[in-house]
Amino acid sequence: MIRALVAFVILALTAPLAAEEVVADLSRREVAITANFDGSDILIYGAVKREETQPEGRLDVIITVAGPSQEVTVRKKDKRYGIWVNTESIEIDRAPSFYAIASTGNLETVLSRTSDLRHKISIERAIRSVGAPSSVENAARFTDAVIRIREDNGLYKQYDNTVFLFDDTLFSTTIDLPANLVEGPYLTQIFLVRDGVVIDNYATAIDVNKVGLERWIYDLAHEQPLIYGLLSLFIAITAGWLASAVFRYIRF
Amino acid sequence: MQIYLPIAEVSVNAFLLLGLGGIVGILSGMFGVGGGFLMTPLLFFIGIPPAVAVATEANQIVASSFSGVLAHFKRKTVDLRMGVVLLIGGLIGAAIGVQVFAALRAMGQVDLLVKLCYVLFLGIIGGLMFFESLRAIRRSKSPGKLPPRKKHGLVHALPFKMKFRTSGLYISVIPPILVGLVVGILAAIMGVGGGFIMVPAMIYLLGMPTKVVVGTSLFQIIFVTAFTTLLHATTNYTVDMALAVLLLIGGVVGAQIGTRIGVKLKAEQLRILLSLMVLAVCGKLALDLLLQPSELYSIGTGGSH
Repeated sequence: MIRALVAFVILALTAPLAAEEVVADLSRREVAITANFDGSDILIYGAVKREETQPEGRLDVIITVAGPSQEVTVRKKDKRYGIWVNTESIEIDRAPSFYAIASTGNLETVLSRTSDLRHKISIERAIRSVGAPSSVENAARFTDAVIRIREDNGLYKQYDNTVFLFDDTLFSTTIDLPANLVEGPYLTQIFLVRDGVVIDNYATAIDVNKVGLERWIYDLAHEQPLIYGLLSLFIAITAGWLASAVFRYIRF
Repeated sequence: MQIYLPIAEVSVNAFLLLGLGGIVGILSGMFGVGGGFLMTPLLFFIGIPPAVAVATEANQIVASSFSGVLAHFKRKTVDLRMGVVLLIGGLIGAAIGVQVFAALRAMGQVDLLVKLCYVLFLGIIGGLMFFESLRAIRRSKSPGKLPPRKKHGLVHALPFKMKFRTSGLYISVIPPILVGLVVGILAAIMGVGGGFIMVPAMIYLLGMPTKVVVGTSLFQIIFVTAFTTLLHATTNYTVDMALAVLLLIGGVVGAQIGTRIGVKLKAEQLRILLSLMVLAVCGKLALDLLLQPSELYSIGTGGSH
């Protein structure tokens, strides 16, 4: 703890001319959701830039990719009148729609608690819930449930030992984005960690957008709902008429 | 081939959707039902959000009913006047249903309501149909007298009487409007056309001749589900065009195949099969409500608004 604090003070003092810096890039900065979008792999790579000789201690790299944050409502089912009904619910005011975290080692050992609190790196820290109603006991169990459900859906992922660090200088990893993505900027952060303390970080964004037909349908549905509804009906009526006409033609 | 659905925001296999549309289409062609009551729960099972499943299914039913009603117009088995009266009730019902749906969606109880409606109605209709067709099979084995049909009931006692020439009826307009209203509410909440409720109601409550029932029911279902689609599209933004197109391609082709299979089977056998299927769907949904779910928590977005 004290070592971490000392390291932090030293870091704060030397911040303008940081001894070690991250230089990084991504294989792509835009992901287009097309009609046959089936997920996407992003290669994240970079190097550690040093002005002087490498200090003592263990060097680690942690890479996080976070989808746009949304407000979510978490509901819990309870048995009422013999059937399972949604009863208690809480609002979580910030939960990323997607969160992947990759590191050079086991996250718990690589990152100190204080650094995690400060930079909100681990999945538990990335979700924030404040002002849960006092009527709900164990609000923490609701955030745990969000993590559990999204881990099951492949939306929250923790990959330990998947960032390859060569010679304490070059690093790379692959983050795999699933098919069920939400649109928006995906904040990508690379943390350089020495002895559990974050000494530098680099942030950029991957833009995930619906394109082409997907974009057009989504925009129309939200901006011109009446026209969209009428168009849906027109397609349905035409298809119904066409099917009946075609099959009558085949029959005779 | 995976396809990303723009409104549901999930990626599903296109062939799975075409196949589902096809299978439900075959069944609906065989049994003369819209198939919404089968398709909507199936969409829940493959992970389409319930709100999107219900709204999109309404859109798909427009296509299959339109395809079906054209054949009935040719055979002159549509009672337009009765259809319009049912429709007035249906439109009011649909408007109420969509409001109820939106309110419950905000409260997080929409899943429960939809599932309860399904269990209740599928259970009643499936059970009634099962016992009725069992009796019919037994009767066909030992030919005897048919039970006498009731000629006069409540439908003849109420005011505002109207002549329905195609159906050969002279009854009050109140019962058909009420039937339309109830079916309209259910159509909006359950994402079904309501044919499986409408058809028995027309035969047993209104006393309409069987040959005009299916055509008339299809006629009014087109308008009620079209109206429901529009309401869902403008209040909930949950109609997924891509999903609807995939389902209806499979659906219309399947329906034509199903019609041919249906001709080869006996009416009682068809009905007993249909009732077993209805009861199976009902049982599956009932178990979901009665057994402890493996995950007690669920995530909803934008529930606060």
